[in-house]
Amino acid sequence: MQFEVGSALSIGSILLTVIVVAAMLIWVERRLLSLWQERLGPNRVGPFGLLQVVADMIKIFTKEDWVPPFADKLSFVLAPTVIMIVILLSFSVVPFAPGVGVIDSNIGVLFVLAMASLGAYSVMLGGLSSDNKYALLGSLRAAAQMVSYEVFMGISILGVVALAGSFNLREIVLAQADGSWFVIPQFIGFVIFLIAGVAESHRLPFDIPEAEQEIVAGYHTEYSGMKFGMFFVGEYLGLVLISSLITVLFFGGWMGPFLPPIVWFAIKASMFIAFFILLRAAIPRPRYDQLMTYGWLVLLPLSLVNLMVTGAIILSTQ
Amino acid sequence: MQSAAITPSPQPVHADVLAHLRAEFGPRILAEQLTCDGIPTLWVDRHDVKALLLELHEDCRPSFEMLFDITAIDERLRVHRDGQPPSEFTVVYHLMSFAGNCDFRVKVPLQDKDLTLPSVIDIWPNANWYERETWDMFGIRFEGHPNLYRIVLPPTWKGHALRKEHPARATEMEPYSLSDEQEAYEQDALKFKPEEWGMKRESENSEFMFLNLGPNHPSVHGAFRIALQLDGEILVDAVPDIGYHHRGAEKMGERQSWHTFIPYTDRIDYLGGVMNNLPYVLAVEKMAGIEVPERVKVIRVMLCEMFRICSHLLFYGTFAQDVGQLSPIFYMFVERERVFNIIESICGARMHPGWFRIGGVAQDLPEGWDKRVRELLDFMPARLAEYDSMVMNNGILKRRTQGVGVYDTAEAFDWGVTGAGLRATGFEWDYRKQRPYSGYENFEFDVPIAVNGDCYDRCAVRVEEMRQSLRIIKQCVDNMPAGNYKSDHPLTTPPRKEKSLQDIETLINHFLSVSWGPVIPPNEVTVAIEATKGLNSYYLVSDGSTNSYRTRIRTPSFAHLQMIPEISRGFMVADLIAIIASIDFVMADVDR
Repeated sequence: MQFEVGSALSIGSILLTVIVVAAMLIWVERRLLSLWQERLGPNRVGPFGLLQVVADMIKIFTKEDWVPPFADKLSFVLAPTVIMIVILLSFSVVPFAPGVGVIDSNIGVLFVLAMASLGAYSVMLGGLSSDNKYALLGSLRAAAQMVSYEVFMGISILGVVALAGSFNLREIVLAQADGSWFVIPQFIGFVIFLIAGVAESHRLPFDIPEAEQEIVAGYHTEYSGMKFGMFFVGEYLGLVLISSLITVLFFGGWMGPFLPPIVWFAIKASMFIAFFILLRAAIPRPRYDQLMTYGWLVLLPLSLVNLMVTGAIILSTQ
Repeated sequence: MQSAAITPSPQPVHADVLAHLRAEFGPRILAEQLTCDGIPTLWVDRHDVKALLLELHEDCRPSFEMLFDITAIDERLRVHRDGQPPSEFTVVYHLMSFAGNCDFRVKVPLQDKDLTLPSVIDIWPNANWYERETWDMFGIRFEGHPNLYRIVLPPTWKGHALRKEHPARATEMEPYSLSDEQEAYEQDALKFKPEEWGMKRESENSEFMFLNLGPNHPSVHGAFRIALQLDGEILVDAVPDIGYHHRGAEKMGERQSWHTFIPYTDRIDYLGGVMNNLPYVLAVEKMAGIEVPERVKVIRVMLCEMFRICSHLLFYGTFAQDVGQLSPIFYMFVERERVFNIIESICGARMHPGWFRIGGVAQDLPEGWDKRVRELLDFMPARLAEYDSMVMNNGILKRRTQGVGVYDTAEAFDWGVTGAGLRATGFEWDYRKQRPYSGYENFEFDVPIAVNGDCYDRCAVRVEEMRQSLRIIKQCVDNMPAGNYKSDHPLTTPPRKEKSLQDIETLINHFLSVSWGPVIPPNEVTVAIEATKGLNSYYLVSDGSTNSYRTRIRTPSFAHLQMIPEISRGFMVADLIAIIASIDFVMADVDR
């Protein structure tokens, strides 16, 4: 068995790594947040509190797996699995390093966007099937937020696609091989993608569908045990995915001197993960209608202009 | 014993008002009562009370803009009622005039067989909750009130708790048990029925959603329920439901001795600590005729201002947190911890020191107290500046809070809003400046105001108040007078002990005062202070006994919560959370 794109070893280790990293992020986020908030965070279980994740896992696996009697059983159970599945599927097209990946798809970018759209169903179904008013408000907000921000997300990366001349994520990385990361020509695209990415993974400041101060826990109010755990880990998976995509699309993927490619990839992705956690520590949450207005009135025109200018430059230099 | 012969002559503005009313109402005024706080008190019949109150609100110069409080006294067991008309239940209206900087009290005598009088909601909308509370506690009916339901006690409660015949201790009642039927009945009583509040279930083009926000919700700061009528995310109407934190503090005031009630006051506004003791001990001291030494005044002011900072810091942090900014609260707890460390080293306790005493404070300041206070004074301003850049100057926070939950000064008067909520409407009025108590006239400080009356401004005023509090604390540290920490008056509790082993009179007095408690001469008094959240007042009635005959605690939060539906209609759920956060209340302060 060889370590190459699509091999069983590659698929297995990517799956395992991604899930373990997402679970570890729970600890990383809590420690980083507490570092920035003048407190200690979880430091009791194991060295530096590292085993906290294990303790959390044991807790969440052994909790009663409860379905509220008033919920719509089938969709209530399906909803959390959908988010896990679509995000894990998205990872299949991410090129982590030369020879490391699941598939090299010619429609990689489109596939990721398609999966992101499916992810919205998870949140909507979860909220609707709970038959809880807070959950309903949460899924209402989620539906509007995720559907709108997909639009800008899609348009914002078209500039990169045009520059690389391919929808294949591996080729997009290779197109940055000479060291000219796409973040420089596509800075606006990068910023819009970053913002839309936060909104898609609904993390603070854009955690409007689950704003705890307003609607308790939003769409997953009624969830507990492992079903809640899937939403929870799904959110971290989404965070890893967005960071990986930013690395691939704008920061040259695995490219870098001296260190092995996979290490470069990990370093770059971790930087963005840390940045997302910092965002959560620093910024208040806008109101739901403010987020929508901002999206449609600022991000949409901006991403369209960015795409047109990029196109014009490419055409004129050909 | 010294007699407590303090009956201050009414202020000149009072004389005008009284003359005007005497001319206007003549024989319809049943009696004029003198109380030791100098607030003129008129007795009128229930048929005339509305006309009198309307006169005071509309035609009097100065006019009484605010209905400060409505309460009642069960007079059936009261002995000392010289010069007062016969009455079994007396309803007391307390009015405030900001223009004339004076108060007015109107009393209405009622007989147990017919406890009704007209509602005054059409004069002051905030009468609504006060009348409900009076009904709840005494069974007095206000005719014309739109929904005279119980407010702090559960709807299934039997009896009226502040009547003298109602038991005050659990041991006087049957052991508590809750059968399944009883539980179902209680739960059913808690169900929100929109029709009872005149709400429709649907409009022409949409069906409303009724959402129970609370009593357990992350952002309601305690056990507080608001039933929301929602059209999508837009708030059509709301009904605040309070009482989940009610502990019967006023009833306890009637059975505790004057001295042993002090720790209970700490728990009224549980973020205000000794600030809560202050109006209570000031009121008792006024009735007892105790003048406290200068040192006591300054110590009291210093600790109160420390608690003001603590309370405001917590408000500030939770305000930011409620609009989604997670970090500031953790930073603010660092300062709060510092202040609490100082308070702990002075009082021995942190949040609820119960440290003020009738006629003084519990102990003298410990050696080296000023060192830590000075450290705090050096440490805090830079941190406050940092918070400004983190919270107040944040664009998203501004967009979330500016223009949200706006009310103007006139509305603030109508709803009984005091404190920072009133100053945020551009009205410069601080009790510490207007009617200095406990020596505030000797301090230099500014009264911060803001002009828009929105959520952001309410926060901005409090932030600036913290700086002013630091200024006051600095003056306390620099000019702490020498002297005793307790007054030499015989009613000081516990009394000074130095001479008690030297002459028998002092020993007897000490013994009685410690074992039995001080006997306060019969009188009535209202003392208000500028507490952390607004005006907090204690209305005490002494019947010449070791405990209070009636303890009325008027808290700012109670008045402020009543206003929530008024200022949040048409906003979104997220705005409601910002509005709730900007009010700065604790439920213990609302329910008492």
